[in-house]
Amino acid sequence: MQKVIEARAAELLNNGTVDRVLGWKAGDFLYDVTPAVFHNAEELADGFVYNDFCGANLSKYLIKEAKKEGKVLVFLKPCDTYSFNQLLKEHRIPRDNVYVIGVECYGKLDIEKIKAKGIDGITGVRIDGSNAVVNTIYGEQIINKWDAVPERCVNCKSKKHVAYDELIGADGEVEQTGRFDMVEKLENMTPDERFAFWRGELSRCIRCNACRNACPACTCEKCVFDNDDLGTANKAASTSFEENMFHIIRAFHVAGRCTDCGECSRVCPQNIPLHLLNRKFIKDINELYGDFQAGEDTETRGPLTNFRMDDCEPNIVYERGGKA
Amino acid sequence: MKKLSLNKLNDLFAAIAEKQALYLPVDNQVGQAEFRAWENGVEMSRALNTTRSAKDFFFPQTENMMEFKVEGKKIELIDTRKETEDFVVFGVRACDARSFTILDKVFLADPVDTFYANRRAHGTIVTLACTRPTETCFCTSFGIDPANPEGDVAAWMTETDLYLKALTEKGTALLESIADLLVDSDEQAVDAQKKATGEIMAKLPLQNLPLDAFKPEKMLEFFDSPKWKTLSESCLGCGTCTFVCPTCQCYDIKDFDTGHGIKRFRCWDSCMYSDFTKMAHGNSRLSQVERFRQRFMHKLVYFPANNNGEFGCVGCGRCLAKCPISMNIVKVAKTLGGEQK
Repeated sequence: MQKVIEARAAELLNNGTVDRVLGWKAGDFLYDVTPAVFHNAEELADGFVYNDFCGANLSKYLIKEAKKEGKVLVFLKPCDTYSFNQLLKEHRIPRDNVYVIGVECYGKLDIEKIKAKGIDGITGVRIDGSNAVVNTIYGEQIINKWDAVPERCVNCKSKKHVAYDELIGADGEVEQTGRFDMVEKLENMTPDERFAFWRGELSRCIRCNACRNACPACTCEKCVFDNDDLGTANKAASTSFEENMFHIIRAFHVAGRCTDCGECSRVCPQNIPLHLLNRKFIKDINELYGDFQAGEDTETRGPLTNFRMDDCEPNIVYERGGKA
Repeated sequence: MKKLSLNKLNDLFAAIAEKQALYLPVDNQVGQAEFRAWENGVEMSRALNTTRSAKDFFFPQTENMMEFKVEGKKIELIDTRKETEDFVVFGVRACDARSFTILDKVFLADPVDTFYANRRAHGTIVTLACTRPTETCFCTSFGIDPANPEGDVAAWMTETDLYLKALTEKGTALLESIADLLVDSDEQAVDAQKKATGEIMAKLPLQNLPLDAFKPEKMLEFFDSPKWKTLSESCLGCGTCTFVCPTCQCYDIKDFDTGHGIKRFRCWDSCMYSDFTKMAHGNSRLSQVERFRQRFMHKLVYFPANNNGEFGCVGCGRCLAKCPISMNIVKVAKTLGGEQK
């Protein structure tokens, strides 16, 4: 796959279709790949990489990249194309400045999950059938492939690309996985249990803002939590509940626009399952307004930015009782 | 050298905790280690290190410094500090132990930071030698021996025993307070462990960072390097690296109007944030390139220039493990430092 992708990138650079390539640069290990911009074939030859750890959603970088002179080539996984579409819909990316190559995806790997199995000193990982073979300085270890795959891929929402100029590999279908199972579990808790669950999870937050900064739906020029001129700059929370509120407010702010790409949970250094907040909103929107997938296309009006006579009324909160 | 059988480890913790607060690494609900207070039933984590560093004990993420009450033209200043209790931190790794001496150079230099100094005076550090370093470890690049850590007491854990050696007066006092539990021992088992860990370290991929190049006289050359632009290109501007870093020590001081008075607090700040170094005239670092450069110039050039060549990094590898885009000090040092001579 790496060779095909690199060759195509070089070709499109050489024939002038694109001016630069947004891809990944290899690091010291197999897994520490960094998003990077390549300007010519020499730069590609010097470290361009595409492997199972290239999981970052590159669509957010396009906000900045696509504003520059010329055309940028980007590689998007199926799930990334939903974020891309949503950003197009919000006029954050000029479509003409981007050349999208959709890359087929059967699930990425998550080094943190591998390490959580107690495996350390990792020097290499390869997929062999249903196994992940992990090479370490302490010897080889074999684990089930699914124990190396991040939650967002286990519960993949779609293997179908919803936006692309060309594809490498096959296009897939929208998936039916158990991505709302945990939300349902939370809904079935008592309010006190649910409150305790979130207080416990969010208590680990160190307020590094990685979730916000990685989120393709968080695109405000100046975040209200960074604005020193307002009383809202929230560098230190006065109570731990105020800290929790940051995440809840952020989830409200991206509701109806969040595509469930899972970047928030991927980047969280404290492994807080932030995506569950967003999935609760998505599940509610599906139930209250009819099935809706943000980023599925670039035209449909989102249920929360539209008005229909049959929209649910605020009293739905009371009707649904403790499940709200 | 003192020794204790591992099946008495709980007794040791209980004996320490009886006299003062005891903190040690504990696995949290998602299986990551974090420092927590010991109480009966709490099990020590087997993880190599904690996700957050141990700096929190002396330099917490937020702390109240003082309060003001204003009445007419009178301002009353209230010292809100309380008596700090004595505490012991058990299981600090060699990298984090070194981070304290780096933080000391900042906070204990004139003018002494009394908040930090107070906690330092009340804390006793028991370090634990590493036996299973991982691929992201590069402490040896900074002259740290993970098998022979600094601290008030150094400890080595084998399959069967815990070996303890006091390195400071505070450490001696701690071991004396639990002397009933300990027996004298030779250093044979510890020496064998040091040798074994040394052999593992030699196999790790990041042992020889090209640090020789980072000399104070080359400060401007590094500052003006065109490589910062590509290095920082995909930086998200989050604060993960600075907040998990054991040596990052920048903070902000702010006043908060509670409605009944003013609270002055300080909190960790991050050079990666857009309001860092914002002053009355504006901000001198307008883009992520400058913010990114500041972080690494500070650790690799400015800090050693002011501290006899000591780098502001201990090679713990937390930023390697946690940066959302896998950009880190190793990549920066390799890109700017060239080949090690």
